[in-house]
Amino acid sequence: MISHYFEIFFTALFVENLVLTFFLGMCTFLAISKQVKTAFGLGLAVVIIQAITVPLNNLIYNLVLQPGALSWLGMPEIDLTFLGLLVYIGVIAATVQILEMFLDRYVPGLYNTLGIFLPLLTVNCAILGASLFMVERDYALGESVAYGLGAGGGFLIAVVLLAGIREKLEYADPPTGLRGLGVTFIAAGLMAMAFMGIAGM
Amino acid sequence: MADETRGQLFFKAIFERNPITVLVLGICSALAVTGHMATALVMSVCLTMVTAVASSIISLLRERIPNTVRIGIQITIIATLVILVDQVLKAYFYELSRQLSIYVGLIITNCIVMGRAEGFAMSNPPDKAFLDGLGNGLGYSFILMSVAFCRELFGAGTLFGVTVLPLVSRDGWYQGNGLMLLPASAFFLVALLIWLLREIYPSQKERG
Repeated sequence: MISHYFEIFFTALFVENLVLTFFLGMCTFLAISKQVKTAFGLGLAVVIIQAITVPLNNLIYNLVLQPGALSWLGMPEIDLTFLGLLVYIGVIAATVQILEMFLDRYVPGLYNTLGIFLPLLTVNCAILGASLFMVERDYALGESVAYGLGAGGGFLIAVVLLAGIREKLEYADPPTGLRGLGVTFIAAGLMAMAFMGIAGM
Repeated sequence: MADETRGQLFFKAIFERNPITVLVLGICSALAVTGHMATALVMSVCLTMVTAVASSIISLLRERIPNTVRIGIQITIIATLVILVDQVLKAYFYELSRQLSIYVGLIITNCIVMGRAEGFAMSNPPDKAFLDGLGNGLGYSFILMSVAFCRELFGAGTLFGVTVLPLVSRDGWYQGNGLMLLPASAFFLVALLIWLLREIYPSQKERG
């Protein structure tokens, strides 16, 4: 039984890496990967938020939004799935805000490291994407915890690796038009291909 | 910015200030749905509509939105529009909506929509905001369609599912380029497009 959870975790971590196979969270991924240190802080924030929001959205989906979920209220025919997007993004925004206040109050060191990246995570597609994938794949609560951790961890790995590459790229000499963004894209593309190797190409 | 005519505003958003290659916004979905031209087209239309409408609504309300809660209000407006688009797709184009899977929903967090709402619509009148949203949406569509064109043509030999280059595997003469079918190829194509646009507009080059 436990191996099932490990399977979900490692699949989300490597094979179905949100950044490199589904291209989610690219904006943050490219914007905040210039230095390994900040990239690591951001990655850590993503892991925390994913691990909280995916199971939370899972509970909300199963207890409120799913067709027939409100039968305990005597309204079995109500189907609220269309409200999903609005609710998930609300949950994510609220979680980010609460986490921010909590860290500010109790773990100021980490709060200062994460800085501006924390509030920006509300509009990170990787976070909303993980919740949507969770719903699409019908995960149970336990599975969604494993998936949230794996998806966040996958982002952490990818962003730290890319930051490492970009630190080295500073010393490279590409054509002027490719400098900066262009060559970063190519590096990310090569990384995506490498990750496909893990999926068994 | 202030003395630009409406036409300039519109066309600059498509090429010179293209949201993807210059502002680096909204790349997430740009790469993921470009395997086929049909999905790319649907995604482009959805995003252009959402951006244009969201920008105009937010611009209409800009005097009434309290500064402290503006992000929340913007997200709510955008999410409502995206839900509408999503429901329409599910009702009339079910097959396509299934192929796009979660990416339609992800328009909510697409930075282009938020970016234009926050960066332009909050400080400009509705008609300008509408044009700006439309232009940025079309700029996004331009990149999306170019990438999808290359990927579908060279990868599978088809355009919109119609065979253009008959594949060897189907008794044709064209040997499909397997790389183009892989998601990674989108990265390379976008990099090449960025290179091209930066050669045309040299001011965009990054000094390093």
